[in-house]
Formats: sequence, C-alpha cells, structure tokens
Amino acid sequence: MTDRDVVELAPAGTQPEYHFPPYASTVARSPRMPLIRLLKTRTERTGPVFGHGFIREGDNDLTAHGESDPIGERILVHGRVLNEDGQPVRGALVEVWQANSAGRYRHKVDTYDAPLDPNFHGGGRMMTDEQGRYWFKSIKPGPYPWGNHHNAWRPSHIHFSLFGAGILSRLVTQMYFPGDPLQPLDSIFNSIPDEAARQRLISHLDMDRSESNFLLAYNWDIVLRGRSDTPFEEGNR
Amino acid sequence: MSNDAVPIPTSSQTVGPYFRIGLDGMIERTPGSSLEAPGMIAIRGRVLDRDGVAVPDAMLEFWSASTEPIALNAELAIAGCPTGFRRVATGGDGEFSVVIEGPAPPVSNEDESQGLHFEVLVFARGLLRQLLTRVYLGDGESSKTDPLLLTIPEERRATLIAKADHRCADVFHWTIRLQGTNETVFFGW
Repeated sequence: MTDRDVVELAPAGTQPEYHFPPYASTVARSPRMPLIRLLKTRTERTGPVFGHGFIREGDNDLTAHGESDPIGERILVHGRVLNEDGQPVRGALVEVWQANSAGRYRHKVDTYDAPLDPNFHGGGRMMTDEQGRYWFKSIKPGPYPWGNHHNAWRPSHIHFSLFGAGILSRLVTQMYFPGDPLQPLDSIFNSIPDEAARQRLISHLDMDRSESNFLLAYNWDIVLRGRSDTPFEEGNR
Repeated sequence: MSNDAVPIPTSSQTVGPYFRIGLDGMIERTPGSSLEAPGMIAIRGRVLDRDGVAVPDAMLEFWSASTEPIALNAELAIAGCPTGFRRVATGGDGEFSVVIEGPAPPVSNEDESQGLHFEVLVFARGLLRQLLTRVYLGDGESSKTDPLLLTIPEERRATLIAKADHRCADVFHWTIRLQGTNETVFFGW
C-alpha cells in the first residue's frame, strides 16, 4: 500500500463535523477518538448496483400514493446527479422522504399534533436516467417544531438518500427550499461550516418546469463523491 | 452546477428519526436472507451511545465486494438488495441482526492479505454524516496480516472484530459503540 491508496478526506468545511453541540443529539452519539485513515482497497472501490426492478411505476409520484390528492402545495422536484468530474451518474438509486404539508411525518415517533393526511405517506424512490436526471412529484413539506432547544423549528426540507458508483459515494442529505427564514436558525442546516456548501443544499424555483394552474417546480443538483475514471468492476451486481 | 468550476460533493445531513418512511422498502426486501441458504452468515449486536444507552433509531448498511452471488429466484433477486449489500435498522433495544452472503477471500494480489470483512455505514439521528467502519469476521488471524488493521493502534483493533458464536459458526456478534469506553474505530473519509 502506498500513500495514494488512502481514501481522501472531504474538502475542508464542506461536510459537518460529527460533534456539533448546537445539535444536541450529536453530543452522546459522535466519536471522540481520532478517525483513522482508510485504505482504498477493492471494498472501497466498489459498491452495490441496483436493478431497475427495484422501482415500481408511480414510486416517484408522492401525490398518488393515497386514495385522492394530498393537501398542500403541489411541487415537482428535479435535478441532476453528477460526480466530481461533473459527469452524470446514471442509474443512481434516489430515495426520498418528507413531512406532510402540516409538518407531520407518518411515523410513530412523531408526536407533533399537526394533522396526518390520510392521502400522504411521504416516501418515494427513483433511479437517475442516462443524463443523470431524477424527478418526483410531491407536496411542499411544512416546517415543524423539534425538541433540540426552546422554540426550535426545522425549515421545510426533503430527505434524500443516494447511491452512486462505489460505496464511498453514498450520500444522505436534506434539500431545502429558497427563501425560508428558518434556515439561518436551524442547527442541522448550520452544521455545515462552509457558507457556500450550505447554500448548495437550497433548491431553486424553476418557472420553466412549473406548470400553469397546476404546480411549482424546484431544481436541485447533487454531486456525489467519485470520478469518472473510478474503476467500477461489478457490472453484474 | 452552473458556475462551479470544480463540483464539490454535496454536504451530508442527518438521516433523522423518520428514515423508515423512505428507506424501509429495502429493509423489508431481502430475499434469500435466511441462514438456511448456503454461504449466508449473520452478524448480530447492538448500537450503543456514549453512556451505553441503546440507539434505537440507527440504520446500518453492510457492503462486501468479495461475496459470491447466491442463486436466487431471478425475480426476487432483481427486486431485492444486490449481492453483498444489506440494510438493517436497530430495534428498541439498539439491537440489529443482518443476514448476508459471507465474504470470500480477496481475489486480487493487492488485497490478498486482507481479512474477511464488510464495510459498514452507520446512520442515525444525531449523526450529521454517516460513520464509516469495518467489521472483520473474527478468527484472530486477520489482525496479524490485514494492512488496514495494522494501521490501527493495537488496543483498538478488537472493536472491529466480530466474534463467532460458540454454538453456530455462521453467526457472529459485534457491538458498535459510538463514543466512550471501547469506542468503535471509525474512519475518516
């Protein structure tokens, strides 16, 4: 093994630190011992590849998972998944989940007394196409209170989970909406030290893809770790 | 990416407490995930925080590049988790159990000295970015030759080694400690 076989660290300030006391749950759950540098072996150069059989038709329309339309502002969220060379990541599995328009999750742990919407479940998934594009239809999630500190409110956001080429390209993150005054008050959003990196989590209103009398569109591109020359040997997996 | 000369990987945010809404499908769909099938192993354990308190809302993903594909009903295989990959979630007592194709000995020269292992990703409320670790299937031998284990201070290596069950050779036990005494080794990335 030589030095070049060590897994690179993320550019400074672009990823949150594990220990970030303003987000109280990090305090007892973040490691304190030094992180060890990881060698780049076959395990790190490869990753799972998901078949299209994984996705069912309609999985990317969160407004169609109930018996009738969910309540809320209809939205289309779309964008591209790119690698560090700016090339599209094709066949990337994208999974999303979110609160309803009142800020309530359909989950037993969520005790916020905002109403559940019988027509909104809040989960969806899709795969990127040949240009690395993804899109899904939903309703805009509402902000909600959480127990981090007195009067703490999460800005509206949608959770994203992605797989790219190789296990180290794995990303779980949250997409935010433009013009939300709760963002600068949110300790999860603020956990990213670099201001520009933080701003890149905010989607853009896209009037070109918005549909008159029907829905507003938001555009959000995602960059996964990894480069185009990354050997990706597990074609049949 | 309009003005970015060099695309920078998107920042991570916590998976939060409600991830099952979007991520449960893969936890449910694990065809062939029975220890009855040949070549399958199980890793069981708990995820604990600084105070030894159970983490009941963690999600773990296991990956091995060196598993042998196991013959499955083709339709199930295409809908389920890819070979060598599994996602599990912890229960109310922080417990988890993953059944997965056992790793085969490494194939390339470069990796020959590696012990049998999985890469493990740890997600939870309170983790702003997933933790990256490895679990080695314990025979005591890998800690003497594995090039990565050899870079780790000796007294911490045991945190990455799952112990074989004394009754069932296909079952291993491994505890993940996020912080504190016997804190699991995590990697920078």
